[in-house]
Amino acid sequence: MTSQGLLKTEPMVEQLELMGCIQCGKCTGGCPVARKTALNIRSLIYHMLVEPELDVNAHPELWDCTCCFTCVERCPKDVRPAELVIGLRGQLVESGQIPDTIGAALTGIFRQGNPTGMAREDRSGWTNGTQVKAAQQGCQVLLHVCCTPAYDPRVQVVPRALVKAFTAAGLDFGTLGTEESCCGNEVRRMGEAGLFEMLVEENGELIRSVGASRLVATSPHCFNTFKNEYSLAGMEVVHYTQAVAQLLDEGRLKFSNEVKKTVTYHDPCFLGKQNHIFDEPRAVLKAIPGLKLVEMDRNRERSLCCEGGGGRMWAEGTNLAERLAFQRVHEAAETGAEVLAVACPFCLLTLEDAVKVQGLDEKLRVMDIMELVDLALA
Amino acid sequence: LGTVIPSEARNLDKPAALVIGGGIAGIQAALDIADAGFPVYLVEREPSVGGRMAQLDKTFPTLDCSACILTPKMVDVGRHPNIELMTYSEVVSLTPREKPGSSLSEGASTSPEATKPGFLVQVRRKPRYVDVSKCTGCGSCAAACRMKGRVPSTFDEGIAKRSAIYVPFPQAVPLKYTVDPSVCLYLSRGTCGKTFLCKDACPAGAIDFEQQEEIVNLEVEAVIVATGFDLLDARLKPEFGYGVYPEVMTGIEFERLSSASGPTMGKIVVNGKQPKDVVFIKCVGSRERRREQAALGSEQAALGSEQAALGGVPYCSRVCCMYTAKHAHLVRDKLPDARITVFYMDVRAFGKGYEEFYDRVRHERVVYRRGEPSEVYRRSTPPSPSVGRGDGGEGRLVVLAEDTMLGKPVEVEADLVVLATAITPRTDMPQTAGLLGLACSPDGFFQEAHAKLRPVDTALDGVFLAGCCQGPKDIPDTVAHAKAAAASAMKLLVQHSRQPSPTHSSSTHSSSTHSSSTHSPEGRPT
Repeated sequence: MTSQGLLKTEPMVEQLELMGCIQCGKCTGGCPVARKTALNIRSLIYHMLVEPELDVNAHPELWDCTCCFTCVERCPKDVRPAELVIGLRGQLVESGQIPDTIGAALTGIFRQGNPTGMAREDRSGWTNGTQVKAAQQGCQVLLHVCCTPAYDPRVQVVPRALVKAFTAAGLDFGTLGTEESCCGNEVRRMGEAGLFEMLVEENGELIRSVGASRLVATSPHCFNTFKNEYSLAGMEVVHYTQAVAQLLDEGRLKFSNEVKKTVTYHDPCFLGKQNHIFDEPRAVLKAIPGLKLVEMDRNRERSLCCEGGGGRMWAEGTNLAERLAFQRVHEAAETGAEVLAVACPFCLLTLEDAVKVQGLDEKLRVMDIMELVDLALA
Repeated sequence: LGTVIPSEARNLDKPAALVIGGGIAGIQAALDIADAGFPVYLVEREPSVGGRMAQLDKTFPTLDCSACILTPKMVDVGRHPNIELMTYSEVVSLTPREKPGSSLSEGASTSPEATKPGFLVQVRRKPRYVDVSKCTGCGSCAAACRMKGRVPSTFDEGIAKRSAIYVPFPQAVPLKYTVDPSVCLYLSRGTCGKTFLCKDACPAGAIDFEQQEEIVNLEVEAVIVATGFDLLDARLKPEFGYGVYPEVMTGIEFERLSSASGPTMGKIVVNGKQPKDVVFIKCVGSRERRREQAALGSEQAALGSEQAALGGVPYCSRVCCMYTAKHAHLVRDKLPDARITVFYMDVRAFGKGYEEFYDRVRHERVVYRRGEPSEVYRRSTPPSPSVGRGDGGEGRLVVLAEDTMLGKPVEVEADLVVLATAITPRTDMPQTAGLLGLACSPDGFFQEAHAKLRPVDTALDGVFLAGCCQGPKDIPDTVAHAKAAAASAMKLLVQHSRQPSPTHSSSTHSSSTHSSSTHSPEGRPT
């Protein structure tokens, strides 16, 4: 890229095989943020195809993309449009043209192994003093806590409930403690390819050294990158909902308490759309005695993105007024559910915030599936 | 164990052809060969001939009523003296005729008999549990059946319900009833009340639950494969909500809805109401380059049938552009005030009269918007001010798309969404290919011998292809293909008639000579 922000289009057209695009518009048609901001990925692809240069700085809406990958999932020609957003963000990162908040998150990950920038030594704060085995001593199951569940006081309850459930099921599991670092899923999607490569190398080495047969990730984002972008040969990567569903299925985990609540479930993009895990979270919820599961109109493959992915937890984007999370919590409330269940730390935070802003707190409560599981366990 | 089908009219001294599949391709090929004076066995899996064309309402671009132009041909194959119609039957084996010289010394193989083409064929006649020689097609049995109105009609794409004993549609050939063993209470559960209502109702005493399947041995000199196509299961495109919303239907379902002889007598009614906004979505599952296929690499490219199971096929299905234009016309014809939108990626109107028809339909206030929709959902919240249009009503379906000409996302409300689903190879293509010894091309359809110069031949001498089993085709192309296949088969039949061999009269057509009075030819006036 030149100093004026002009990017030569040809190399990226080649690298991402954009010539396969037939401009059908299915990407932009289904893009949840294109409906409210200037982001038009189909039009950007066309520009890449027909113009020699692109002025990347003229497209601040590139930071609006949540990397929900609806475009990638539905493209009939396998073009992977969101990868162009990631590639163009990479150009902006290289030239330092990034929002301050994104820069701060990347710096935090580089220095402290987490996007909040909080101290690495505090990473085990979520345990509240509960002893959790150090995976470094060897264990069958490696529980990857992930950054937001480890540091965010609202989400810390999720790994705590997982420890309780895994212990009840008699699982041989451990965590990496303060040695655990950001998985880099959002780092790659924010365009910081170099830092992502470094994380893959360092985390990969540490995780492989544990010798566990299975990695359980708390966040669908970490689950996604470990499963699809790391080489953890011999280690099965699952999301916690899969692990819990299996424990229930095998009879190793039993619920003893009733949870008399009407619950609707929001499919996270990185778990549902991108990795096609739709049934296990629902199986866990349905196994809870007394719980009634109702569905929103847009569910499974058509779930509406909460707008927390792709670095959007650290960048507001260009249209604050029409947040997707606002729309989503209204959809949830209309089902008559008292609880909007989620299985992702970002969804938990964005939707809970939206419930407050939209004045739905009396009607609807956002809970992680593990919070409901915790209520059902003795 | 062979059974002869007596056929007093058949030319037993002439070589015969087998046609597999009784859709328009098989019907046309059988008629051409039979009219030339050669005997034809026409084998159809379903209880009636007619195939997909029998389901269609009008045909593009001339808007002829499909049944009106097809039914006479169906009747012709039913009563043609040279056609042995074998419905509700399936070919179970096809073996190239053993060459007399093959077990002898090489010198013997130079006789004409040694190079004679031909096939031994076994056909399984499934039990109808109805004696077709007695059944008059009166329908008393279906009216009496305990399952009446409870079995989704395959012919009507599930929109109407039938009985367990049924004819697929009123113009069926043969007009003989069949018991569906999967839903008949007696056949599936072993009991149907104290008495058989169908048996009691039948004035001809035609119902026979003791019927067994039969294997029929045939000997033929040429084979035409006309096994047709399937349609992509629209549930494999979950973004469009097919199977979730009653307002979302496939093109073939729309044909039944629009047909004057269909379950609504041609009234376009959805959820009990006439739709105000109708949206058509083209290329549903067609023209897709599958990631899974790309990942396998070109050498291990998945066959079309496997790709179809994943939700998309790489080719253009060739008929959707025109049938969607026809559907839009039919909606305009029946609902003059409806707002009609066709979302498209390209419009391919390549046939005779097709572009002219597309022109006509646009002038009928059908709005073509360029952009492949990405999603259908039910509006529960008021529309976003920047993109919404329509009545703003809650509870209506919304089609999300980008209008690529405007360069912006749009939401179009709809009371009816019609999906133009891809034509796919039949799901049992691999088994059929194995049975017949044929190869499939990468798209999953049968492979022709040469893509340009031998479009109906196969690698197997004496076996020819007709219609959509070779690739997606519209009706004119299918009929042309079938006529070409018939001509190629007749070339062999003529050649073979000119070389009568000493063994010929004793070996042709049937391998044994049981008498079997129960098999009167179907569909013929008796």
